[in-house]
Amino acid sequence: MAMYNDKVMDYFLHPHNVGEIENADGTGVYGSPVCGDMMQITISVDKDTDVITDAKFKTFGCGSAIASSSMATDMIIGKTVEEALNVSNKQIIEELGGLPAIKIHCSVLADHAIKSAIYDYAKKNNKTYAGLEGFDPDADDEEQEDTPEHI
Amino acid sequence: MRQVYLDYSATTPVKKEVLDEMLPYFSEKFGNPSSLYDLGQEAAAGVAQARGRVAHLINANTNEVFFTSCGSEADNWAFFGVTDAQSAKGKHVITTAIEHHAILHSGEYLSKRGIEVTYLPVDHEGRVHPEDLEKAIRPDTVLVSVMLVNNEVGTVQPIKELAAIAHKHGITFHSDAVQGLGNVPIDVKDLGVDLMSFSSHKIYGPKGVGAMYMKKGTKISNYLHGGAQESARRAGTENTAGIVGFGKAAELAEQNLESHIKNVSSLRDYFIEQVKKNIPDVIVNGTMDGRHPGNANITFKYIEGESILILLNEKGIYISTGSACSSKSLAPSHVLTALGIPVEMIHGSIRFTVGDFTTKEDLDYTVECLTDIVKHLREISSVNAEKGW
Repeated sequence: MAMYNDKVMDYFLHPHNVGEIENADGTGVYGSPVCGDMMQITISVDKDTDVITDAKFKTFGCGSAIASSSMATDMIIGKTVEEALNVSNKQIIEELGGLPAIKIHCSVLADHAIKSAIYDYAKKNNKTYAGLEGFDPDADDEEQEDTPEHI
Repeated sequence: MRQVYLDYSATTPVKKEVLDEMLPYFSEKFGNPSSLYDLGQEAAAGVAQARGRVAHLINANTNEVFFTSCGSEADNWAFFGVTDAQSAKGKHVITTAIEHHAILHSGEYLSKRGIEVTYLPVDHEGRVHPEDLEKAIRPDTVLVSVMLVNNEVGTVQPIKELAAIAHKHGITFHSDAVQGLGNVPIDVKDLGVDLMSFSSHKIYGPKGVGAMYMKKGTKISNYLHGGAQESARRAGTENTAGIVGFGKAAELAEQNLESHIKNVSSLRDYFIEQVKKNIPDVIVNGTMDGRHPGNANITFKYIEGESILILLNEKGIYISTGSACSSKSLAPSHVLTALGIPVEMIHGSIRFTVGDFTTKEDLDYTVECLTDIVKHLREISSVNAEKGW
């Protein structure tokens, strides 16, 4: 498909980390089927070191929604929670080698979904993280000002 | 890799017989049909024969068929030409919510220039109700435009009845029949339309040619101004090879109409049956009662259409989707929206159109690939039958 680059196609055709972790330490959901894209992410966290040991996703959506979900899970596995909170949609898109401009705002849901999963983990374990300050998992349209129009 | 083309409503391949008739008009019979010498008149004869063939297919008089560059041009001509010629009578146009963008965007353009446009609703089958037209008519209505066959769900409209209502009130009636030509019988006299738009590339003819049926006496201004081509109604040197191709395609469409409808609809019905048998949670959109013979518009619940399209493309299967994600505007299909289909279901809708070169084997292969793809995407999806939307 001419609309996506080879790397995006590879992540879409052969997505990594598909599924749902049973008894996950944190679960985050973002988007809705009405909007056309909805991502769920579940994470396992080592509570002593705060390292994300596993992450799995399930996504309803287009090619770039699935590819970016897959890339995001790859990127946060092995990172500490604080590091994962710094993963931005911009970085995910860069790792994918770029997406069509029209897809950027609507189909990349991962950074919000990751934050939601960590928010869930933090709440369950009474932890606080600087990266979660002011974060509302139910906010519909999180500002993504650091996302450039064209990548 | 095997290629299966299931997007005949988007366009069709040019049939060999059509191409063969066209070829001499590029370099041998290349004359300008307006030139009086033999070379020009040879080209003019090709255009005249094509006009006769198109007219015959729709039961029109030959002098009521005018060639255009495409179906969109004919649609634009109807909107701008009628509202211009009848501006003294009024500034109101009635059309429907499910028209092609060539109509809808012409309406939008006019509404920025002082014309009021009413969009009739459709029911869940995609059909316009004559009583809704009756209610929408005003003393200043100058044009009613309703498509014959919808391009996304294939619903056939009750044009004869709608045209009669318009005429009862002295209003010009236009119908975009681009998807209908060659797929449903068209008799312009019986339907009672004043204007009708057609396109060549939907009936195995070349792209870049369309036609307008214009009943004698219809009050409509010219749209393209210049030379005296097309009886001084549509300027521009004729696309002779294209027009000749359209004529041949029309002749074949007329000869094959009955068998085409029978073969294509039986393949389409087989496809729908196999999809339903092999894949759970599917919905066929529209109605099976009065539908384009090749059209199957199906929603695969819990997954999104662009994903399906890309994965089918990987298998060499070509279809289209009503999903917002696949459109440049990021808006879900206006047609499926007008049918009252929930947005999440529109995102998972796929239009398959079967045509003259489709085989049963093509459809078996498609169902096999589709079954795997739908299962795969549902495994990835964050929504499913248990969780619901």
